[in-house]
Amino acid sequence: MKEKLEALEQEIKEKIAKAKDLKEINELKITYLGKKGPINEFTMHLKELQNEEKKEFGKVLNDLKTSITNEIEEKMKYYEELEIKEKLEKEKIDITLPGVKIKTGSPNILEHIIEEVETICMSMGYDVVDGPEIEEDRFNFELLNIPKGHPARDAQDTFYIKEEEILLRSQTSPVQARTMLSAGGNKPIRMICPGKTYRRDDDDATHSHQFMQIEGLLVDKNISLSDLKGTFDVIFKELFGPDCEVRFRPSYYQFTEPSVETDISCFNCKGKGCSLCKNTGWITVSGAGIVHPNVLKNCGYDPKIWSGFAFGFGAERLAMLKYGINDIRTFYQTDLREIKNFDRREKNDD
Amino acid sequence: MISLEWVSDYVDIKEEDPKELAVKITKAGINVENVITNHIENLTIGEILECVPHPNSDHLHVCQVKVNENDIYQIVCGAPNVRKSLKVIVALPGAILPGNFEIKKSEIRGVESNGMLCALFELGLEEKTEETYNKGIYEVDSSAPIGIDALKYLGYTDTKYELDIHKHRNNDCFYHIGFAYEIASILNKKVTLPPLSYKEDSDSVINHFKLEVKTEKCPYYLAKMVTNVEIKESPEFIKKRLISAGMRPINNVVDISNYVMLEFGQPLHFFDKDKLKDYVLVRDAKENEKITTLDGKERILKSSDIVITDGEKPVCIAGVMGGENTEVDENTKTILIESAIFDPVSIRNTASHLNLKSEASIRYGKGLSYEYTNMAIDRACHLLEKYAHATILKDTVKHDKVDKTPKIVTFKKDDVNTMLGIQIDTKDMEKELDRLGFLYTLKDDTFTVTIPSRRLDIDPNVNDIAEEIGRLYGYQNLVSTLPKVSTRQGKYVGDVKIRKEISKRLRTLGLDEVKTYTLTSPSMAKLFCYENKEAITLPNAMSIDKSIIRTTILPSLLNTYEYNKKRNVKDVCIYEIAKTYDNEFNETTKVAILMKGNYLINEWQQIFVKVDFYLLKGIVENLLDYLGFKNRITFKSEEIDSLHPGISARIYLDKEPIGIIGRIHPSIKKEEIYVCELNMKLLYNALIKPIKFKEANKYPEIIKDVAFIVENTIDSEMIKKEIIRSGKRILSSCDVFDLYPEIEKGKKSIAYKLTFKDPTRTLQEEEVMEIFNTIIKNVEHAFNAQLRDNSI
Repeated sequence: MKEKLEALEQEIKEKIAKAKDLKEINELKITYLGKKGPINEFTMHLKELQNEEKKEFGKVLNDLKTSITNEIEEKMKYYEELEIKEKLEKEKIDITLPGVKIKTGSPNILEHIIEEVETICMSMGYDVVDGPEIEEDRFNFELLNIPKGHPARDAQDTFYIKEEEILLRSQTSPVQARTMLSAGGNKPIRMICPGKTYRRDDDDATHSHQFMQIEGLLVDKNISLSDLKGTFDVIFKELFGPDCEVRFRPSYYQFTEPSVETDISCFNCKGKGCSLCKNTGWITVSGAGIVHPNVLKNCGYDPKIWSGFAFGFGAERLAMLKYGINDIRTFYQTDLREIKNFDRREKNDD
Repeated sequence: MISLEWVSDYVDIKEEDPKELAVKITKAGINVENVITNHIENLTIGEILECVPHPNSDHLHVCQVKVNENDIYQIVCGAPNVRKSLKVIVALPGAILPGNFEIKKSEIRGVESNGMLCALFELGLEEKTEETYNKGIYEVDSSAPIGIDALKYLGYTDTKYELDIHKHRNNDCFYHIGFAYEIASILNKKVTLPPLSYKEDSDSVINHFKLEVKTEKCPYYLAKMVTNVEIKESPEFIKKRLISAGMRPINNVVDISNYVMLEFGQPLHFFDKDKLKDYVLVRDAKENEKITTLDGKERILKSSDIVITDGEKPVCIAGVMGGENTEVDENTKTILIESAIFDPVSIRNTASHLNLKSEASIRYGKGLSYEYTNMAIDRACHLLEKYAHATILKDTVKHDKVDKTPKIVTFKKDDVNTMLGIQIDTKDMEKELDRLGFLYTLKDDTFTVTIPSRRLDIDPNVNDIAEEIGRLYGYQNLVSTLPKVSTRQGKYVGDVKIRKEISKRLRTLGLDEVKTYTLTSPSMAKLFCYENKEAITLPNAMSIDKSIIRTTILPSLLNTYEYNKKRNVKDVCIYEIAKTYDNEFNETTKVAILMKGNYLINEWQQIFVKVDFYLLKGIVENLLDYLGFKNRITFKSEEIDSLHPGISARIYLDKEPIGIIGRIHPSIKKEEIYVCELNMKLLYNALIKPIKFKEANKYPEIIKDVAFIVENTIDSEMIKKEIIRSGKRILSSCDVFDLYPEIEKGKKSIAYKLTFKDPTRTLQEEEVMEIFNTIIKNVEHAFNAQLRDNSI
């Protein structure tokens, strides 16, 4: 018996050592440790033995079983790990291959600058409103202190639909009149209105028959030109950086009085003079002023009680300056590759 | 164009550097665009020491010219008047004369020549005519020092300002005296007006003609008469100044009328009185009335024009141009001077319809001050007496309906300070008003200011005064403050908000935003007329391409697609939100989408999510779900203009049509392009429910699949509706998961996945089966459908 067992142990251990993979080991496990395996057979014979012998032989048999089981399991573990390792190695990919181009849409460049201005102004309490593009003469001109026959309403520049009655608005300023009239003359107003405007200009690199203006209007009490300057300080420092300085020059508009033209210090050369600012160190960005008392009166606000300021920016001009765009037509014949640059955040906070 | 030399007659600017002065003027509101100084390098005064005939020419001379203390230059000259001892203008080598003509050392017929002796026309100071050419070189007076700057010595080194004036100030800053007032207020100096006096003859104008004005458009008309006029060349200073202002000197009389216009801004008209009868009638023109103007052209007038007539025929288009029939010529002896004010709008319209912008019409078109109308006629008389030996008849014939009420403003110092946001004290404010030349009284803190009549731009209100004071005080002195107003958060108001939301969602869904032109061409306007709306055609369009206001954005998106295709950008997924209009001026904001090519792509992995009808439909559904219209949208197959008849649908929100979707008709574009357009106004107006939290279902769901074979004409949506109806409350969703086209001839198989659940309990298989069988029975019955056996 003992010899037989030793021979069996020898045989199994040789076979385990020779087993090449998990499958062979598994087969060995079934063959030798299974119910019908030789070890189990020896166990069956065990009951035929006497006490002392039985006990001794039992122990030997048990030791053998344990030792083989351990060895098989060890070997199994080895092959299992090997197999996993091989599998993982096989699954290795070239992570340098390109990823799927996930599609996200980009805003139009103009929308980009407009939203910047909107965000700044909304934080200062300005509502963003809208107005019609086909406009009545009285909103576009008459209520804004530009009576019929005034040179500022040159018919050559305006797309009239019905003469002296209905037109494509030549400015966003009619929204001032509309806003004041609907506010009823007794509520303060803070609004901006970005919108399309139309003038009879031939399209070229710097002119467009259609362009976007951003109109602004504040009506409240005791509003001064200095308040306008402070407001512009906020807007332009936000848009062009904390070093940006604002300068007013006297100007003349029909619906503001006093009127100013606004320059900002050139952000390109920091005021030293460059081609962008035509060597002046300053760039003109806006027309603005204190709302003309006639306009307040025309729109239902008593100029003795109420005062305010109004301003207008050219969205294209701001975008052209800020992003270095040379041709205004860029905005209206969108090359989709060009607007892709605008599908990201702009910069870190200052 | 303003001449500083001329302005210096009226205001003392001797100490001012022209460039620095220009900066001061610009800061105060009148933009000096260009400072032009007449200066030619290497142009000096020389003396001819020796003058001998040229050995190889019969008209040239060889001169030895002393050009400074030390140097004598040999110069060849061909002028008839060249002679020894003459002082001349010498252009030395290096000088660049007008026309970019550079003087160099040269050889003329074998003789060295080191410069040129000049005539005035060669320096651009006179016109080149036969007469000026024959005069030869300019003879400088014998007392002139040798070697000094010639232009400076001769008084031609004038500095001119080219101004870019805003329309408001375009009347008073357009003429020299008005501009002198502006400089005077900037520099705090006084203006001296030129002499206006003359001797009056005992004979009166009244004896010679009668004036009548029969039009509302001529509020002010002055006429004077001068006789014994001697027509000749103008004095130097007048010629110089006209040349400097870009006008051609003609003769003393014509030049004086131009001179006074440039001085006072008041155009004058001189009639040859002998050619005119003894009656002047100002009236509205008759329709199609004809007149030949000074330039020899026949003009056809409209009844809105104003004419000066001799009682019968027109002799002048008022404010625009005189008639040939009464023109002043070299034989003129008696002149009728007109100084008047006409309605500016009328003059602008006349100049525009005749396409005749004259120096006069430009000025009349801006409006004039009656005080200057008065002064100008006196000034003309003064000059005619002095430079044309004219006798001035006494009295003035006058038509006077002009409003002479002075503009008066009453305000307190704080009114101005509040508006500017700064503190100017009473003393400084008085100083500013003095500088402006505004007359005022100050009583108990209240200023009463009279606006001078030359400042047509100033309205009698505090704002205008604040502006005048502010701009002189200097806007650099403004502080930066923020308005003292209540705190609030600004909002997107009205449909701006939904526009932003739609825009953001569409960008999230991978579409790029474009902007296109509102104006389109008739051929583009013919496309996508799915609403049967008439478009507006502009009466004064600039070109046919941009003559129609669009009723739909889709043609413009097609343009953007074409533009990108040309630039080899093939995958185009774009949208635009814009206003559209019909011919009744109804405004509709629309959301338009165009998609073509691949939506998602990874070439090496063979991932191509191609744009098709269902992808666009998915995007639209996603958008509409986002806007709160889940389960309220239906797509109905419909034939739509410019879309593929089999691949197009109208989109409904509840029962209201809100837009269209489909493939562009292959006859318009062969490529597979899909478009959609939604009416944003309807989306904005539709009510939506507020969001409420919904707990996820805790009880198990039972899922059943079923497939039906139906006629091709049956839409999947119809079956779905029947399933939902029959599925009752426990059917929570029904989705198509398989489609088998042409499973039998003319038939298709559609498979649906049905999910049953009850949020309050676990469903029993039996009750689900009962409903499920009802669904099958109902669908079979409703659509003559056949259950596909192997589907359960």
